[in-house]
Amino acid sequence: MKNYLVTIGLEVHVQLKTRSKMFCGCPVEFGAQPNTHTCPVCLGMPGALPVMNHQALKMTALTGLMLGCTIPPVCKFDRKHYFYPDMPKNYQISQYDLPLCLGGGVPLHQLAFPKDVQKTVANPDKVIPLTRIHLEEDVAKSTHFDASSGIDFNRAGTPLMEIVSDPEISSPEEAFAYLTSLKQILIYGNVSDADMEKGQMRCDCNISLRPEGQTELGTKIEIKNMNTISGVRRALAYEIERQTACLDRGEKLLQETRRWDDASGQTSLMRVKESEADYRYFPDPDLLPVKTEAIVAEVRPFVPELPATKRARFASQYGVSAYDAGVLANDLPLASYFEKAAANARNPKNVANWILNELLSSLSNTETGIEACPISPEHLDELVNVIDEGKISGKQGKEVFAEMFATGKAPGVIIEEKGLKQESDLGAIEALCDQAIAANPKAVAEYKSGKLASINFLKGQVMKLSQGKANPAVAGEVLAKKLA
Amino acid sequence: MSLISLSISELQAQFRSKAVSPVEALEALEARIQAVDGEIAGYLNRDYAAALKAAQNADVNLPLGGVPIAIKDLINVKGESCTCASKILQGYRAPYDATVITRLKAAGAIPFGRTNMDEFAMGSSTENSAFAITRNPWDTDRIPGGSSGGSAAVVAADEAFASLGSDTGGSIRQPAALCGCVGLKPSYGRVSRFGLVAFASSLDQIGPFSKTVRDSALILNAISGHDPMDSTCLNEPVPDFTAKLGRDLKGVRLGMPKEYFVSGTDPQVDQAVRAAIKQYESLGAEIVEISLPHTQHAVAVYYIIATAEASANLARFDGVRYGHRTAEASNILEHYGRTREEGFGPEVKRRIILGTYVLSSGYYDAYYLRAQKVRTLIRQDFARAFEKVDAIICPTSPEAAFKVGDRSEDPLRMYLADIFTIAVNLAGICGISLPCGFAQVEGKPLPVGLQLIGKPFAEAELLQIAHAYEQSTNWHKARPVIG
Repeated sequence: MKNYLVTIGLEVHVQLKTRSKMFCGCPVEFGAQPNTHTCPVCLGMPGALPVMNHQALKMTALTGLMLGCTIPPVCKFDRKHYFYPDMPKNYQISQYDLPLCLGGGVPLHQLAFPKDVQKTVANPDKVIPLTRIHLEEDVAKSTHFDASSGIDFNRAGTPLMEIVSDPEISSPEEAFAYLTSLKQILIYGNVSDADMEKGQMRCDCNISLRPEGQTELGTKIEIKNMNTISGVRRALAYEIERQTACLDRGEKLLQETRRWDDASGQTSLMRVKESEADYRYFPDPDLLPVKTEAIVAEVRPFVPELPATKRARFASQYGVSAYDAGVLANDLPLASYFEKAAANARNPKNVANWILNELLSSLSNTETGIEACPISPEHLDELVNVIDEGKISGKQGKEVFAEMFATGKAPGVIIEEKGLKQESDLGAIEALCDQAIAANPKAVAEYKSGKLASINFLKGQVMKLSQGKANPAVAGEVLAKKLA
Repeated sequence: MSLISLSISELQAQFRSKAVSPVEALEALEARIQAVDGEIAGYLNRDYAAALKAAQNADVNLPLGGVPIAIKDLINVKGESCTCASKILQGYRAPYDATVITRLKAAGAIPFGRTNMDEFAMGSSTENSAFAITRNPWDTDRIPGGSSGGSAAVVAADEAFASLGSDTGGSIRQPAALCGCVGLKPSYGRVSRFGLVAFASSLDQIGPFSKTVRDSALILNAISGHDPMDSTCLNEPVPDFTAKLGRDLKGVRLGMPKEYFVSGTDPQVDQAVRAAIKQYESLGAEIVEISLPHTQHAVAVYYIIATAEASANLARFDGVRYGHRTAEASNILEHYGRTREEGFGPEVKRRIILGTYVLSSGYYDAYYLRAQKVRTLIRQDFARAFEKVDAIICPTSPEAAFKVGDRSEDPLRMYLADIFTIAVNLAGICGISLPCGFAQVEGKPLPVGLQLIGKPFAEAELLQIAHAYEQSTNWHKARPVIG
């Protein structure tokens, strides 16, 4: 058995979050009644002409800036020809030799990798170089019934950004991390929701295997129809296994397109590519070439802080661990929540802990998104401050937190209602300590003979006497002083 | 002079003095159409009831108030058929108004009647229509020119006061010349193409046919100007195109391109055009010989660019969403093949195949890309000429109207009918054809057209120059005897 080197390149199609379609005024809306968002332009009626959606150009330029692409001074749009019923004009307006963005790259990071490999990734901060990003129009959606097919043109003409990576991805896990990182950046830029299950982000994979030591790339095989990022990982893993077995048997692989079936976890042959399809590209005479300088200037102020910068800043500004910073920055709404909660926090690190432990588990238990979180960031901050100040115990904090999550009430109100205020008054605690010492001579003797852990028993007695309201830290200090 | 022979300007004067109402004008027109269109076949169909309703409500004080205008069958008028004279669009009804129609209606005009044409505007004789062969009103054995042959013939035969056509390589100017009316191709980007069924997008332009130069100016006033629905329709200032009419020609320099005065042109045509040039001299214009050295390549360049664009533009006619759909297909590939085989005529198929070929991988650079480079040279030819002259003067067509059937078996010879008009489209500039005399052929007078070519967006000056000649001659007053 030989060892094989894996080469993967991804073509990612991203639906842009514009209000209207790429070349007409029809609204872009997922899930509307079929063929209700159409007009002569997106139906390819005779005489209709495309008009450029400026917002789509801006969003693609912004994506280019976020990913460090070069944006040449002029881009143009071309017609790509093929006949298919979901293509209203039987040509797609796309960009061929002068795309909007060239080069650039997607930076990976440890937490973008699948959980099971995060600890063992050799090169977690690899940057996957991009070939190009171009803009095109989406096609309609075909649905096949028993004896007929339906076409929904609502999707036809939706602005679609195609992001093409160089073939520099070397494992299914890296492909997973690439898509996760890319998705995060697209969400950061507010250019797409990039939800693969809604078709907002679609991925075609090109994969080839070659024996170790061979420089020439192996036969390129394309895989389509993955609906999730983990589906991409599984499809690639399956293909590596399948192709390895073929090559080990001495078979020659054919250049082909394969369809991933998520349920069976297998790919199957769609078509063999005997020759490159001839799309007969030529510049669309209905659209003028686009000068990009003004567009780039327009969007440059909107380049957001990117995930990598945010992670680093969270660690340095708030003192949270690199891991926690990563988890927070992975999810833009969560990161924003954290920043709001931590803004006035005495100890932002504790705020992060409460978010990553209590809050995330409550949200996940109730299947609530952070956007709909019943606890406002300000209230969470207040709760953490109250605990940090010793006004209530951590245990009480959890009780208050549960109530906050259930009712949305402010922590102060809940503490008041439940009479939970922690006793930190020195005089009161001293009295309780005296009581506990007097009632437990055995424990006192043990402590004095060197068994220092006995003080915890005494502290527990103080807590009991105070009905849990005493500040345990203060109680411990007082006891130690009295027994010294 | 009878009502139907009036120019738009004359008709409007009648409307405004209440001597004639728009309804009466429409009735007269309908009667004329019923009397002669059986012989001419200029119209594919018309909705008289709808036009009558519009005439009843017409506001004659609008720029074109109450004036019926015939429309070439490839410009969308909401609710009316728009077949492009093709079986593939038989029965198709336009779901929207083209921008030019919206503008004509806003100016008070009444779009009335769909005129015949070569299928998808591909041809120079209107013989390529899937539905009828339009006849030249001056000799019904002869073709009216094309592709806008119907629009030219109905104006020449007094079946319309004016009409709209489209010009991709001469499709307005050549039939105007052959039928003896005025035909104007505006500069590329002057008039919106939104709603014009595209043949060759970088060349197509809508323009008017009329009985006088002034009428073309009036229509151009109504249809010109920037349109947010057409990215190629430029945001150039729109002057009043009638403003310069009547000015004299002192200091005007007209260029005679030597490449357009060569053997091969019919001697009677050559003679008529040279006489017109003499007339211009007597009107005070200076005639300058110029050269347009890349002229000889224009036809070849045109048939590469136009067919390439057409092969893409016509791909949408697939029977999936609208239009003809084959009855017998067992799979999608067969559906496409049969639908298009049944729906398109031979000339359209020929051009789709040519266009597909020149865009094919491996041939693109040798054909399409090279043609675009030569197109630039042709454009530069004109730019250089316009440094010396205000307009260019030459024949519109190398010959008068030929007989029906004469060229249909010889596409190459047919393509040469546009030899003097094609370069104007490639350069994106404006051109006009106006009557300048007759050739006597087999005992019948056949109109000869004079072509004037103007700088980009200089239609006002072009119309002024054309108008000065027109007003000094009587050619535009001649009418054919039909029947």
